[in-house]
Amino acid sequence: MTALKQGWDQIAPILTKLAPLWGALAFLALWAAATSLKIIDPVLLPSPIDSFKALWKGMVGGSLLHDFLRTVTRTLFSFAIATAVAVPLGIILGSSDKIYRAIEFVIDFFRSTPASAMFPLFLVLFGVGEKTKIAVAAFGAALVILFNVAYGVMNARKLRQLAAKVMGASRSRVLVDVTFWESMPQTFVGMRSGVSLALVIVIVAEMFIGSTDGLGQRIINSQMIFDMPEMYASIFAAGALGYGMNLLFLLIERKFVHWGGK
Amino acid sequence: MHSTTDIMSTLDAPAAAGPSDHRWYPPGTHITVRGLSKKFGATTLYDNFDLDIPRGQLISVFGPNGCGKSTLINMMSGIMPIDAGQVLFDGKDLKDTRIGYVFQNYREAMFPWLRAIDNLRYPLKFLDLTKAEKDVKVEQMIARFDVKIDLHRYPYELSGGQQQMVSIMRALIVDPEVLFMDEPFSALDYEMTLFMREQLQKVFMETRTTTLLVSHDLEEAVHLADKVLLLTRKPTRIADIIPFDAPRPRNTETLSSPDFVRVKAHSLEVFQREVRKS
Repeated sequence: MTALKQGWDQIAPILTKLAPLWGALAFLALWAAATSLKIIDPVLLPSPIDSFKALWKGMVGGSLLHDFLRTVTRTLFSFAIATAVAVPLGIILGSSDKIYRAIEFVIDFFRSTPASAMFPLFLVLFGVGEKTKIAVAAFGAALVILFNVAYGVMNARKLRQLAAKVMGASRSRVLVDVTFWESMPQTFVGMRSGVSLALVIVIVAEMFIGSTDGLGQRIINSQMIFDMPEMYASIFAAGALGYGMNLLFLLIERKFVHWGGK
Repeated sequence: MHSTTDIMSTLDAPAAAGPSDHRWYPPGTHITVRGLSKKFGATTLYDNFDLDIPRGQLISVFGPNGCGKSTLINMMSGIMPIDAGQVLFDGKDLKDTRIGYVFQNYREAMFPWLRAIDNLRYPLKFLDLTKAEKDVKVEQMIARFDVKIDLHRYPYELSGGQQQMVSIMRALIVDPEVLFMDEPFSALDYEMTLFMREQLQKVFMETRTTTLLVSHDLEEAVHLADKVLLLTRKPTRIADIIPFDAPRPRNTETLSSPDFVRVKAHSLEVFQREVRKS
C-alpha cells in the first residue's frame, strides 16, 4: 500500500508536467476517430497522419519551408519597422499629456479599424507587390505597439522619475534613463500583440494581394485545387509560427524585463 | 525661534542684506526659507513660511498628520513646485546645489533594471568626473558603510534594509551639500531601524552633511536629531525647535537617558498641544 503510494507520489508530478500534452493528444484522437469513422467527408478532413505527412514532406526539403520562411521574413520585417517607429513615438506621446490627448482619438480610431480594410488604400499607395504587404502589416502592428508604449509611459510610477530629477537629470535624461525602462513591461505586451497582428495581416495579404509565395498564398492555393492534406499542413505551419513567435517573445521578455512584477 | 528672528532683524539687518525678500538670518545658517506658500485647492498648507536651517546639523521634522512634513522637504528639494517664496542654500538656488534625497519607498525609488552597484553609480553621471574618479567615489562609499551587501545583485534581490541602505548610499555618493530623508526607515522592522540609525549617524559624524529627516516616529526623530523641528497643524507654522545635544554616536542606551526622556516628553507635550488646537 505504502509502496503504491510512494510510486504514485513519484509519478504524480510528472503527470502534472505533461498535462498540456493530454489536451493535444485528445484533440488528435478525436480527429483520428472522426476521419476513420467517416463522420466527416475525408475529402474535407484528411486523417491527421496524412496531414502531418504533408507537413513533414513540405518542411523537409519541400516548398512549404520556402513559403514558411517567406512569411516569417515578411512578418519580422514589418514588425521591425513597426517597432522602430512606434517605440520612440509612443514614449514622446506618453510623456506629454497635451499631445496624447490631442491625438488619442485618431490613434484609437485607426487601431480599431480592421487593417484588412486598409488593403485597397495601401494597394493604391504602394502598388501590387512586396511593399504593400509589409506596409499594411507594419501599420497595424505599429498602432498596437504605439498605444501600449504610450500607455506604459503614462502609467509609469512617478517616484523613479522624481528620484532621477532630484539627482540632477534633465527632462530628456529622465525620459531615456527612467521612463523608457518604466514602460518596458507594457512595451513588451504591445510588441507581442504587434507581432501576432503582423502575422495575421501578412497571411491575409499573401492570400489576396497578388502573391507567388508565403503561407497565406499556399493555403488558398491548396484550397482551390482541393489538396486538403497540403492545406492543413500549411495551416499547422502558420499556427506553429504564431505560437512559436509568441513563446519566443515571452522568453525574451522574461529575460529582458527581469524586474517585471517585482 | 521666529520671534528672535524678528527682533534681531531690527537690530542688525544690514549684516546680510541681499535681495529685498531675503531677510536676516543667524550666522551659521545653511538653508534659508523665506515666504514659502503652498495651497492645495482651497486649503492653505503653507502661508508665508520662514525657516532657517543651521549648517552641519541633523534636523528632524515632526508634526501632526497632514501638516505637510514631507511637503516641506519636497518643496525645498524641488520635487514639488512652490506657489511663492524662496529657498536658498548658502544664498544659492537649488539648481546650483548638490542635494541628496532618500525616499520612504525604496522599492519604487531604486531602478530595478540596474544592478545595485549601477544604482549607486547613477547620480555620478551628472557630475563632471572622470571614470577613475567615479570608481574611487564608489569604493569610498562602500568602505564607509562597511555593510556586506552583494552590490552586483538587482535591488529586488536585496532585503528591504539593504535596499534602503543602497538608496542612502546613492544619495550620499555625490557628497551632497544637503541630505533630505522622507521617513526613510518607516518601512523597516525595528531591529533594522536601529541598525540603520547607527549607520546613518556614523556617516553623519564623518561628513556633517546638513540633513533634514522627516519622521512620524517621535523616538526616532529625537534619537537622531540635533534639533527637532515641530510643526503645527495647517496652515503650518513652526511650533517649536527643540535642541537635543546628547553626544554621538547615540545608541539604544541613549533612548533611556534622562536627557532623551526629557526632550521627548517636551516634544510630545508641544505636539499634543498642537494636535488639540484644531
